Amino acid sequence: MLNQIILLLNDYTFQVVALGTGFLGLLSGVVGTFATLRKESLLGDALSHAALPGIGIGFLIVQRKEMSVLLLGALIAGLIATLIIQTMSKRTVVKLDSALSLILSSFFGLGLVILTAIQNNPNARQAGLSNFIFGQASAMLLRDVQLIAIVGLVLLALVGIFWKEFKVFTFDPMFGRTLGFSGKIVETLLSTMIVMTIILGLESVGVILISSLLIGPSVAARQWTNRLSRVVMLAGLIGFVSGVIGTFISSIAVRIPTGPSIVVVVSAFVFISLFFSPKRGIIANHFAYKKRQSVFMNQIKSLEGDKK
Amino acid sequence: MDESIAIKIDHLTVAYDAKPVLWDISIEFKKQRLTAVIGPNGAGKSTLIKTMLSFIQPINGSISFFLENETASPYKAVKNKIAYVPQNTTVDWDFPATVLDVVLMGRYGHLGWMKRPGKKDKEIAKQMLLKVGLPTFASRQISQLSGGQRQRVFLARALAQEADVYIMDEPLAGVDMKTERIIMKLLKGLVEKGKTVIVVHHDLQTVGDYFDDVVLINQEVIAQGTVADAFTKKAIDQTYHQDRNLGEGEG
Repeated sequence: MLNQIILLLNDYTFQVVALGTGFLGLLSGVVGTFATLRKESLLGDALSHAALPGIGIGFLIVQRKEMSVLLLGALIAGLIATLIIQTMSKRTVVKLDSALSLILSSFFGLGLVILTAIQNNPNARQAGLSNFIFGQASAMLLRDVQLIAIVGLVLLALVGIFWKEFKVFTFDPMFGRTLGFSGKIVETLLSTMIVMTIILGLESVGVILISSLLIGPSVAARQWTNRLSRVVMLAGLIGFVSGVIGTFISSIAVRIPTGPSIVVVVSAFVFISLFFSPKRGIIANHFAYKKRQSVFMNQIKSLEGDKK
Repeated sequence: MDESIAIKIDHLTVAYDAKPVLWDISIEFKKQRLTAVIGPNGAGKSTLIKTMLSFIQPINGSISFFLENETASPYKAVKNKIAYVPQNTTVDWDFPATVLDVVLMGRYGHLGWMKRPGKKDKEIAKQMLLKVGLPTFASRQISQLSGGQRQRVFLARALAQEADVYIMDEPLAGVDMKTERIIMKLLKGLVEKGKTVIVVHHDLQTVGDYFDDVVLINQEVIAQGTVADAFTKKAIDQTYHQDRNLGEGEG
């Protein structure tokens, strides 16, 4: 067993793939922090599910696994879905939550139909399109990792450059607009970054679970610090570690998809943080509450004692 | 042009869908005056402010600002001279930031794109915290603040903008007496320094004590002018008792 692990860690393919998912996790942690704080995490979920038919149609057009075409298809399908969701919630009686789940599931259903139909095509089975559902990092090529690295670095640089703008538009967008910054530019930039991150993660984490890689690290990180800069950095770190460990888990056993194993690791971080964080954790809150209660009880008792 | 006018609203009509919220409104906000905008719920007070700040496009009419060289400018040209204090319930106070972080946001407009706030900005932010009576709160997490303290942090953020006009949406809603006194003292101080302050206000009892001018609106302007002239019993009755939406269910 130990030998097996050492062998794996030294394996070049594993290193490439783990680096890819690790970097993806880092990116999701950073970008996801803004998505979560802007209460847009559900939109990410809808977008990623909606990407599936785009992947299928992309494949139907070129008839081979040309990653750029598949991801472009995913992007277009995702954007169409987002557009429909927003129009529905603004222009019709359908509320945002209903619109989200309706469009999310109908696009995902359409995606499954298309994928199943083209599974009969031997080309498609070989291309492993079903990997897009749960994610299979081992299907990643060095090229894919390079793509993640380059796009990721650009996105991280954008976060650095527009830090102050992102911060104010995440906290108080109305106020941000009165400062003379264009809300359209900042908010489009933020949304585009969230979309890009999701698209990058589709192959390795899968359409179903990618959104938890966006939400999880930031929720966990928020429990440990009260500064946005530290939340962002910690979320990036948690995302990175989850990506690497998740890939490791999926690589030691046979046929465990990467997406679920990464998400299990992220969830472990989230649960530990929710329970054990020293200031905001459930346990700490419980004891703080008990303590306050007993202080009040003692005060009341001493007041009653005075009367007698 | 009358030199004492800061903002001139000319025949403004605003509607959501087909229903007019503000109907043919003309208001002149005077310079160096503390003006209250008063009216019942649904009278269009917040809509008026949001239209002044270009969040909402009017169907008709114009809003001109006379700040620097007395020429009429649109809102866009004088954005940085106007500080807006939204209702403090509009943001999520569990956002990971300190009090100083939030007050520093008031400096962002002066910095422009991409530049980060420097030492001077932090100095200004701290001074403003002192002014609102929260000098020891700089590194406090904003989720720990009470309602009154939140309102004062928002006020400090607006002060850090060092603007000429301050537009506030119900700054006294839900705050304690102590905060109310601190805020009103500050607003009077601003006016003495030559600033123009416009406040959406809901407490009729305090209008006489707190404000110089008043605008009474209920979809239309009912009365405007100095408190002594415009804040009459007749005008108040007319503002609060006319129900324009009779039969439509909401006011």
